[in-house]
Order: sequence, then C-alpha cells, then structure tokens
Amino acid sequence: MNIDWTAFTPWTALAGGILIGIAAAIFVLVNGRIAGVSGIIGGLLRPSLPDVGWRLAFIAGLIIAPSLYGAFVYLPTLKIDPSDATLIAAGLLVGIGTRYGGGCTSGHGVCGISRLSPRALVATVAFIATGMATVYVVRHLLGAGA
Amino acid sequence: MAMYAVYAFVTGLIFGIGLIISEMYSPAKVQGFLDVAGKWDPSLLVVMGGAVAVGIVAFAIAGRRKTTLIGTPMHMPTARDIDLRLILGSVVFGIGWGLAGFCPGPAVVALGTGHVKAFLFVVAMIAGMGIFELIERRRAGAKPDVAARTHDTPERHRAHATHKPRGSHAKGRG
Repeated sequence: MNIDWTAFTPWTALAGGILIGIAAAIFVLVNGRIAGVSGIIGGLLRPSLPDVGWRLAFIAGLIIAPSLYGAFVYLPTLKIDPSDATLIAAGLLVGIGTRYGGGCTSGHGVCGISRLSPRALVATVAFIATGMATVYVVRHLLGAGA
Repeated sequence: MAMYAVYAFVTGLIFGIGLIISEMYSPAKVQGFLDVAGKWDPSLLVVMGGAVAVGIVAFAIAGRRKTTLIGTPMHMPTARDIDLRLILGSVVFGIGWGLAGFCPGPAVVALGTGHVKAFLFVVAMIAGMGIFELIERRRAGAKPDVAARTHDTPERHRAHATHKPRGSHAKGRG
C-alpha cells in the first residue's frame, strides 16, 4: 500500500467527521431518526405526506451548506472527473442500490456502525469493497483516468 | 411538525458543512480513498472515524431512551436481517460510488454549488430511486405476502406512531 501523504488531510477530515457525527447526534436525539441521506430522499417518493416537511428541510440544509460556508471561507476544491454519461449511469446505480440495500454511507456507514448494527457493518464493508474494486477495474485494468 | 423541520434543516446544514470541510463532497477526494492500488488517500477513513466516535455516544444515549429529548417517539430502524437484498443492494451502490466518487449526501451538497455534473448525478440518482419504488409497488401488487412486508416498513410504522399521544410508544426501541 502506497499512502499519498500529500493528499492525506487528517485534521480537516477529523473536523468534518466530528461535525457529521454531531449532525447525526442531533438528528437521533431530537428527531429520533437515523440521518441517512438515501432514506431521507427516497422516502419522498413514497406517498406519506406528514413526512415531507422535515425531509425537504434536511435536503435544503445540505444544498445551502456550500453557499453559507462559502460566504465566510473559501470552499475546498470540488473536482468531478467522470464523464457525464458515467455520472448518469453511476447515479442510477447509486439510487437503486442504496434503496435495495436500505442505506448509504451516512445511514449504514456512520449511523449504523455507531449503533453497532451488524447489518450496517456488512453493508458498509460490501459497498466500500465494491467501490474499491470498481476504481481498481476502471483505473488500473481499463486504464481510464489518473 | 414544524419543529422537526427546523431541526432537520440545522442537521442537514451541519452535515453538509462537515462534508465540505472534510472535502468529501469532492468525488476526486473520495476516489482517492477508493483507489487502494494507486496513491491511496486514507482521509475518508478518518472522517468516518470522527463521525462514529461522536455517533457511538449519541446512539448509546438514544438507545436507553424511550423518547427523544423533546419528548417525541424514537423511530429507530427495526430491520436486522443480513440478506441477499442488503448485500446485492450495497454492491450495486458500491459500483456506482466507485464510478462517480459520489454517494447521496455529498452529491446533494455538491449540487448546492450549482455544478452541472452534480445535477446530472442527482437527477439520475432520484430516477434510480423511482425505479426502485416502481419495481417494489409492482411486486407488492403481484404477491400479497410481499405487499404485507413492503407496507410494514419503518416509514409506515412511523406515520402511525407520530399520531399517538406521547408515551404510548413505550416499546419504540428497547
């Protein structure tokens, strides 16, 4: 394993991680729910009206975050390398997969592991391993991108 | 309840700022973590570690409580089964995550910058979720047992629970 020490940003990663943990903590202790982004968005496609308000409010918070943060500090680089076609295909897979798997990086990865849920741990290992395998195939076997 | 929406907005905002500070909203950064055979950037692991360190305390407190800090019922997931659905779904998600470097949270935050590529990804992701709903509803219509299972989702359960007076949800989470 060859760690890229120039790219590794442990302190901002830790600070950001703690904020994400605080957000998850507020959500479970006040709203009584799991801060799982795929579940919160996916739930809007179900016909259960009383839930629409807080779901949209959560998504609005995520969307406004860069504008609010950017008003005070420079935003870190947002770099999106894949082609439009790849992003569309990937978006479909992420949409279908997270709903079948019952969660994503936030619901299973952060909240589920914090709850010590074996189900969430299995899901997290599965999507991280598959994500790594996919990048390996794309970058090192097919040789696309750097 | 409007109160829920206010807290949900604040949660989304803090969550989003966490994803920005940690640079996890940038797909190149995430792919740097997934690229273990190349020059590996372990940052994502530190992000998860920090989040789980705080989360583990919060969920331990939540697990002991029958109601939230504002007296409303807890809505914890009830699913415990490790089945093919969980694993295949996570594998399909992992392929998409590897291809794009985006998972749902960071994609929505990146959408907030107005980046067109983030918009394309989010629209496709919502379409994917819609396809899931259509398949599930069709299955539910075809097989009564599946229908019963599909309708007994935590969402449906929650919808009922929120209409009960407080305190009646004592078995919320043990």
